[in-house]
Amino acid sequence: MNYPRILICTFLMALVTYIIRMLPLAIFRKKIHNRFIRSFLAYVPYAVLAAMTFPEILYSTGNPYSAVFGLAAALLLAYRDKGLLTVALGSTAVVFVVEQVMGFFS
Amino acid sequence: MHGTEALTFKKGLKDGLPICLGYISVSFTFGMMATQGGLPLWAVMLITMSNMTSAGQFAGTELILSGGHYIELVVTTFVINIRYMLMSLSLSQKVDGAMTSLQRLVLSFGVTDEIFAVAMKQDGSIGARYLLGLILTPYTGWTLGTLLGGTATCLLPVSVRTALGIAIYGMFIAIIVPPAKHTRPVALAIAIAVVLSCLFRWTPFLNRISGGWVIIICAVVASAYAALRYPVDDPEVQE
Repeated sequence: MNYPRILICTFLMALVTYIIRMLPLAIFRKKIHNRFIRSFLAYVPYAVLAAMTFPEILYSTGNPYSAVFGLAAALLLAYRDKGLLTVALGSTAVVFVVEQVMGFFS
Repeated sequence: MHGTEALTFKKGLKDGLPICLGYISVSFTFGMMATQGGLPLWAVMLITMSNMTSAGQFAGTELILSGGHYIELVVTTFVINIRYMLMSLSLSQKVDGAMTSLQRLVLSFGVTDEIFAVAMKQDGSIGARYLLGLILTPYTGWTLGTLLGGTATCLLPVSVRTALGIAIYGMFIAIIVPPAKHTRPVALAIAIAVVLSCLFRWTPFLNRISGGWVIIICAVVASAYAALRYPVDDPEVQE
């Protein structure tokens, strides 16, 4: 293993990631008053999370079938206003059960 | 503030707990992957503790292991993590105006998808103490998970590990669905982002664009459209 190279790579990754996160927070110290930008930023969290979740969630487990059941469980639990942990673990449990059942029949 | 629980350091630690649990499984996988790929444990821990970003450090580590060029590493890290810029910008409008420069410099290190999501979910503006708490618990989980994954490789059975892959997305769904139920514009923004994201993933040629850019494009288009169609009235009540 080339230790200096590992260190340089780690440093570069950390630096790039930090600068991306730091700049906007350090620069925009005042509230933005432009109505469009304010509205835009209000919708950003939901749009970002939605784009990250779909369709990636379908590839997040052992196979797409268990993922579909897990997704359905998550949607149902979230629709009933359950907490983050409940939805996360609930969908995990459903995926686990479905994969066990599928393993049993295959 | 709306009669809700005050946003103290302690509440931050508590709110970070679900994220912490989700992180343990993700970073566990990272620790396993990196050590099995041949990196020494100290290097794996160094990467995890200095980056704290799932997709970015997974890809970066793969490049380290496969002998990628420095430029390639920088560009990949940048593209995968560029979405943080959007989050940080959004967060800059959410934090307390009294937050000092030093606090901003320190806290911005901990802006991750999940921490950002939970922070934005709070009513009113958020202070440095709350945000610090909200970062510390997940950071601990992230570090601990990597350590466990890197040392005790087969602690969790594979069946549990594959099932846990959905946990983070379940959490995201828990964040976006309840407001979408009550607010039409939010539902619209989400729907546009989902459709675009699926298009990028499943259309030939378009699916060659890196995931980091796709998230940016989808989020910008969806949010801009929703903002034009349904501008938000100034919510500055408690300023």
